[in-house]
Amino acid sequence: MSKLDRRKFLSVATSVTSVIGGIFAITPFILSFQPSKKAKALGAAIKVDLSSLEVGSIIKVIYRGTPYYVVHRSEDMIERLKSSENDLRDPDSDLSVQPNFAKNELRSMKPKYLVVEGVCTHLGCAPIEKFSIAPADMGPDWNGGFYCPCHGSKFDLSGRVYSGVPAPSNLRVPPHRFENDSVLVVGENPGEADV
Amino acid sequence: MSEKEESIFTNPFLRWIDDRFPLSSLIKDHATEYYASKNFNIWYIFGVLSMVVLVIMILTGFFLTMNYKPSAKDAFDSVEYIMRSVEWGWLIRYMHSTGASFFFIVVYLHMFRAMLYGSYKKPRELIWILGMLLYFCLMAEAFFGYLLPWGNMSYWAGQVIVNLFGYIPFIGDTLTEWIRGDYFISDITLNRFFAFHVILLPLAIIGLVVAHILALHHVGSNNPDGIEIKEYKDESGKPIDGVAFHPFHTSKDLVWITVFLIVYFAAVFYAPEMGGLFLEVDNFEPADPLKTPEHIVPSWYFTPYYAILRAVPNAALGAVFLVLAVLLFVFLPWLDRCPVKSIRYRGWQYKLALYIFVISFLALGYLGMQPATGVYVLLARIFTITYFGFFLLMPFYTRYEKTKPVPERVVYKK
Repeated sequence: MSKLDRRKFLSVATSVTSVIGGIFAITPFILSFQPSKKAKALGAAIKVDLSSLEVGSIIKVIYRGTPYYVVHRSEDMIERLKSSENDLRDPDSDLSVQPNFAKNELRSMKPKYLVVEGVCTHLGCAPIEKFSIAPADMGPDWNGGFYCPCHGSKFDLSGRVYSGVPAPSNLRVPPHRFENDSVLVVGENPGEADV
Repeated sequence: MSEKEESIFTNPFLRWIDDRFPLSSLIKDHATEYYASKNFNIWYIFGVLSMVVLVIMILTGFFLTMNYKPSAKDAFDSVEYIMRSVEWGWLIRYMHSTGASFFFIVVYLHMFRAMLYGSYKKPRELIWILGMLLYFCLMAEAFFGYLLPWGNMSYWAGQVIVNLFGYIPFIGDTLTEWIRGDYFISDITLNRFFAFHVILLPLAIIGLVVAHILALHHVGSNNPDGIEIKEYKDESGKPIDGVAFHPFHTSKDLVWITVFLIVYFAAVFYAPEMGGLFLEVDNFEPADPLKTPEHIVPSWYFTPYYAILRAVPNAALGAVFLVLAVLLFVFLPWLDRCPVKSIRYRGWQYKLALYIFVISFLALGYLGMQPATGVYVLLARIFTITYFGFFLLMPFYTRYEKTKPVPERVVYKK
């Protein structure tokens, strides 16, 4: 090895070692940006009491700082879901996020209870409940559902998105399970609690 | 100091410094012997004005941090405390909030000047790129700062923008969680946005300003005729059509700085909310994750891009278009194929295109503040197309421009 080659080798070796060392050195700083242990602990599952939720009404709960909507749907509301099926972008929830047990047209475990994230799948605004039929602001074809005030996305009473609006998919259904008839647990799927 | 260079001082103390620090040569290189064209017009004051605003922002920001508390519990109240209880706090805060809008006003006019007179063209491509990096940092700085008052519009605008990152394939969700440091925009997010706003980005901006000016002083300033004044020098080697930055340009700038400060303080004192443009009504109530404002609108200086985001029917594609709309500026020096710099001597194609671009940008800015319904969406789509057309068709329409003869020396009226 000539003297020059030796120099070059040492320069490259020093540079490579510094880069690797540098990557190790910045790793803790990058990882420090992740949710902290406290944030994770506060993000544990929550229980929702459904005993006072009347038919046709909604409660909004906060879990991980995000609003979740629980709707107690009436028989009539469930019936109406069928009528606008052709106007939906993803009626079978193929493109949408939900636990497997909710991948049906009612998008729920128990038909009467709809549990969805109150977060528009477009850019995260909170959709507003518009449950009445054909109100003045929603037009005569409105069958009841959710309307996002930010960019005009519309969802039906199963949180399924209409076509021709900015939101790409249905409202997300979070992992959830029912502890008994009137207690809902948001943040855990059935069976997870036993683990 | 080297023997070749003369000290400009006679004072022994300053000479003592000069022997140990390049004070004389710094002053000469960047002020008393930096020659810029004699025929500068009003468009050439916005660079200096953006520096004035930067100083105002750093000073007022420094005083705001003395009373502001970057926590979800205290932030909103601490801003109200500054407004109501801190002596002169209202003035410092309004100077800062109004300054943000004026920063964008002068920066947009400064960018438009470059587009008028071809200041981004060879040999000034790097000045333009550094300027664009400054613009991106300024946008980030404004975005982070906008969350700090923790008003409801702050919260939801932050929500919308952070969620844009969620559209990046595969890493989107992890990335948004990483940016927020939580599963939602929370106290943790506010705290780190504060850190970005008061430490990292201001440092980056100051560094880039220095680089921007060093690059400018290396190649020399452009002028309204778009010609190089360095090509005609007198016996002593200074450009015949140039005058020293100090005292000639500085004294002219002082007049304009005064005019600017009158306008700026008129806004600070009489219209700090500017009818909801500078400070939104929804931001006068604290952040509420359960209550989305009826119309989420970003600050006015982002609304052109916001209109583009909403004009695209597909959300992920909308985010791509938004990024492209901002990034395309960077490529102007290479998209523009016309050898002539100044609009004074360019053909009708570029003049027409620039008109269309300015109208599109302003129209998108207006549409971005309107609800995304009906005719507004249609108009936003049309102007999105013309906006992108300006950039993407530029290599074609600038190539066939019939230009006027460019003068050898700068033209200025007596």
